[in-house]
Amino acid sequence: MIQSARRWGPPLLLVAPSLILVGVFVYGLIGINFSTSTTDMHKAAQSTGQAPVSRVGFQNYLDLLASPEFQHSLMNLLIYTVVFLVGTMVVGFVWAWLLDKPIKGEGFFRAVYLFPMAVSFVASGVVWRWLLNSNQGENASGLNRLFQMIGLDALQNNWWNNVTFGIAAIAIPAIWQLSGYVMALFLAGFRGIPDELREAARMDGANEWKLYRHVLFPQLTPIALSALIIVGHMSLKAFDLIMSISKPSNYQTKVPAVDMYVFKSSFDYANAAAVGAILLVIVAFVIVPYLISLNRKEKIR
Amino acid sequence: MTAVATPVEAQTPGSGSGSGAAGSRRQKKPVQRFSLGRTLRYAILILFVLIVLVPVYVLFVTSFKGAGDAAPSRAWNLPQVWTTENWQAAWTALSPAILRTLQMVIPSAIIAAFLGSLNGFVLSRWTFRGANLVFTLILFGMFIPYQAVIIPLNQLVQDLNLPSGIPTLILLHVIYGLPITTLIFRNYYQTVPNELIEAARVDGAGMLRTYWSIVLPISIPSFVVVLIWQFTSAWNDFLFAVFFSSSQNGPVTLALNNLANGALLQNYGVSMAGALFASLPTLIVYILLGKYFMGGLMSGSVKG
Repeated sequence: MIQSARRWGPPLLLVAPSLILVGVFVYGLIGINFSTSTTDMHKAAQSTGQAPVSRVGFQNYLDLLASPEFQHSLMNLLIYTVVFLVGTMVVGFVWAWLLDKPIKGEGFFRAVYLFPMAVSFVASGVVWRWLLNSNQGENASGLNRLFQMIGLDALQNNWWNNVTFGIAAIAIPAIWQLSGYVMALFLAGFRGIPDELREAARMDGANEWKLYRHVLFPQLTPIALSALIIVGHMSLKAFDLIMSISKPSNYQTKVPAVDMYVFKSSFDYANAAAVGAILLVIVAFVIVPYLISLNRKEKIR
Repeated sequence: MTAVATPVEAQTPGSGSGSGAAGSRRQKKPVQRFSLGRTLRYAILILFVLIVLVPVYVLFVTSFKGAGDAAPSRAWNLPQVWTTENWQAAWTALSPAILRTLQMVIPSAIIAAFLGSLNGFVLSRWTFRGANLVFTLILFGMFIPYQAVIIPLNQLVQDLNLPSGIPTLILLHVIYGLPITTLIFRNYYQTVPNELIEAARVDGAGMLRTYWSIVLPISIPSFVVVLIWQFTSAWNDFLFAVFFSSSQNGPVTLALNNLANGALLQNYGVSMAGALFASLPTLIVYILLGKYFMGGLMSGSVKG
């Protein structure tokens, strides 16, 4: 008894504060948030206890999912995620592939491609708001003006002011910021493949394309998957860039995280909590299987 | 940004140990084809560099343009007259917030790193049934959308009577930073040979003693990675800032956003100069310590 207390005591004491903090601030709060989402706390007076609050079950969720406004947010989130994911994966992979073979100045290229990652979304939003200005023709500035200057007038468009696909324009700065990260992941993947494997394939007469198609790509699948999941879950939480470029009141580019902010600002805590819970469920669908698979891998090791 | 080019591992020259015949054949014929491919590769790489740097050009040029130099037709031109008035205005507007951000970022990075190191050590050495589950549950905390906790968190912060602004944000960055810092340290400590720990135990050192005198001294590289990671992510955070502080007591991201909103359309120059100011600290860290910055990034992918 004493012996086991001596063995278990110190480690438990060391991690206990963190375990309690994570337990309360992650899982405890998720529980309370869910509870709030099943009430009718839509007004400021209710949140301060000056008006009665009653339980409404899943009514807030049903109302949200039935409203065209929230459906628009979910659709936007889907478009944003697809564009963001495809963009970062393609650009990041191409960069890694270009830098895979030894080349002079590799460090320079890598550093330039990666640096946007060190900048905050808010700061990059300032310049991208200017670049994605929707004015065209005489008044065009930003990218539309640049298109005119290089003779690609046809490419001019109203960017994030388009009702259906405006959100895709917001994905452009996101791609600019995170492609370097995907590149770094893929580059680490390429470098992790033993040279013997390449040599062996070349000896067997494989040309460049076959070498990549049959030898290198399959080795990169796990990395591509992690990249997809990391970038994907970031994309689902999209918030900063929209707040900074198109502003929260903008219908064209709203997503659930922005709705949550707007509900919270108007003291509609029940709906804010419900949107938060919906986001959590969506993210969990992506992350939980990933964590479980990581866990399994560890056990095998 | 060229400075970053140097510390990167030197390129490994192609493993040119092919057998004689194949080697010489490869050397003779493809010389020209190879250099053509190489030129093309450089051209594409440089084109991408130019594209990536377009926003940087815009930031710099616009930040030096005077208020009267904003005509759309001159949008991409260099300033007619170079002026630092935007920079002065941005500095006046942002410097208090930059100072507050430093006061927020430094303690939160240090505390989160230290706690993460303790957790990482225990979780890497201490095996019990369900240890993996505990670790996975902690990790999940790093991926959750904070929107799912902000409503009750807001209530909790009020109930605890925490001073709004920087003190609250320090607490939040520490707590929600725990998963990633724990992860980075655990992965690192798993590579520490067991014999080292065992030897200390045989000498009669307890867990804390072992941690203090054996583990902590060899953790410096991980500390650098974790500190940089926490510094950067807290510096760049906007979500907690917008919910838990105001422009009077909040960090620089919030101040910058307000500055940009206020200056909307009339004067992009001030907000561009402000964006550069606000990005300077993280960019400096990136340029000076790029290698460690990468370390944090890679562990973000949970690849041990």
